[in-house]
Amino acid sequence: MASQEGQQHPIGIYLWIWGLLFVFSAFSYAVDWYQLQGILRWSLILFFMMLKAGFIVAIFMHIYWERLAIIYAILLPCIAILFLLVFMISESGYTLWTRVVYFAIGGQ
Amino acid sequence: MEESTHSTNITIPPHIKGNKGAVVDWSSDQKAFKGVPWGKAMMWIFLVSDTFVFSIFLISYMTVRKSTKVPWPNPSEVFALHVGHVSVPLLLIAIMTFILITSSGTMAMAVKFGYEKKRVPCAILILITAIFGASFVGMQAFEWTKLIMEGVRPWENPFGAPQFGAVFFMVTGFHGTHVTIGVIFLFILARKVWRGDFDTGRRGYFTSQKSHYEAIEIMGLYWHFVDLVWVFIFAFFYLW
Repeated sequence: MASQEGQQHPIGIYLWIWGLLFVFSAFSYAVDWYQLQGILRWSLILFFMMLKAGFIVAIFMHIYWERLAIIYAILLPCIAILFLLVFMISESGYTLWTRVVYFAIGGQ
Repeated sequence: MEESTHSTNITIPPHIKGNKGAVVDWSSDQKAFKGVPWGKAMMWIFLVSDTFVFSIFLISYMTVRKSTKVPWPNPSEVFALHVGHVSVPLLLIAIMTFILITSSGTMAMAVKFGYEKKRVPCAILILITAIFGASFVGMQAFEWTKLIMEGVRPWENPFGAPQFGAVFFMVTGFHGTHVTIGVIFLFILARKVWRGDFDTGRRGYFTSQKSHYEAIEIMGLYWHFVDLVWVFIFAFFYLW
């Protein structure tokens, strides 16, 4: 749609998203403020992080209004990151295990 | 070569909804990204590669944090500031977060005014964005100074696992570098917009090319990306 003459959207949407990002940031700061711990802390941090990231990419970076051809070109390669994440979770678990086992006598 | 993209007789094929549209665009002649200026496509490709750089930093951080036997320092305490006699956790980091989000908001509005060819509000908003960015870098410099004074080094620190310092300097350092580069380009862009370079078709100093208002959107993409990276650093490094 708007991509012909560049992205043009009413200013209200930017102000709304700006406000929302403020609120979400305040919520994620509150997670630390009230010292929530464990699964609740981690899930809330991830939830607000994904909300903020989603709004920045979708509205501020205009991805929502782009064609699927470029949306796929941008977002699909990022799936590869998840593979690295899974590999390194497994790798770091193994490293910790070797440290626990072999450094038991002393050292870090 | 850039001129041809902007001639008025170029027609952009109608947008077909859904996956079929994506296949049609990708298999069509000449350009896959219809209606996307080449500079914007290039910026997106750079940002995807930069996403990988920062992902690798954050995943390495996860790896060292998960694999050390020594307890990880509590960021809530390490980054606390004393206001009077009260210790407020993560105070400076929270302020930095709000400043960066605000600068993203002003940048988004600058892009809007740019496309409406409203030169003055656009230049002022870019300038405000640059000033917010500069203050962010200033606070980061303060944070670094404070931690270095407390004895945090890339190889050791008084709070716990030695990897903490390495991760802190590496990740915030790379992000701060991105912000600094962004601030420099924002000041240059504000001057160009203020002077009316995009209206008069004045050629760039280095490129000798005419530039257009879409340059503001391209700058905006970079700036929002810097904000986006901070969202992840804030969540994983400071809050986790």
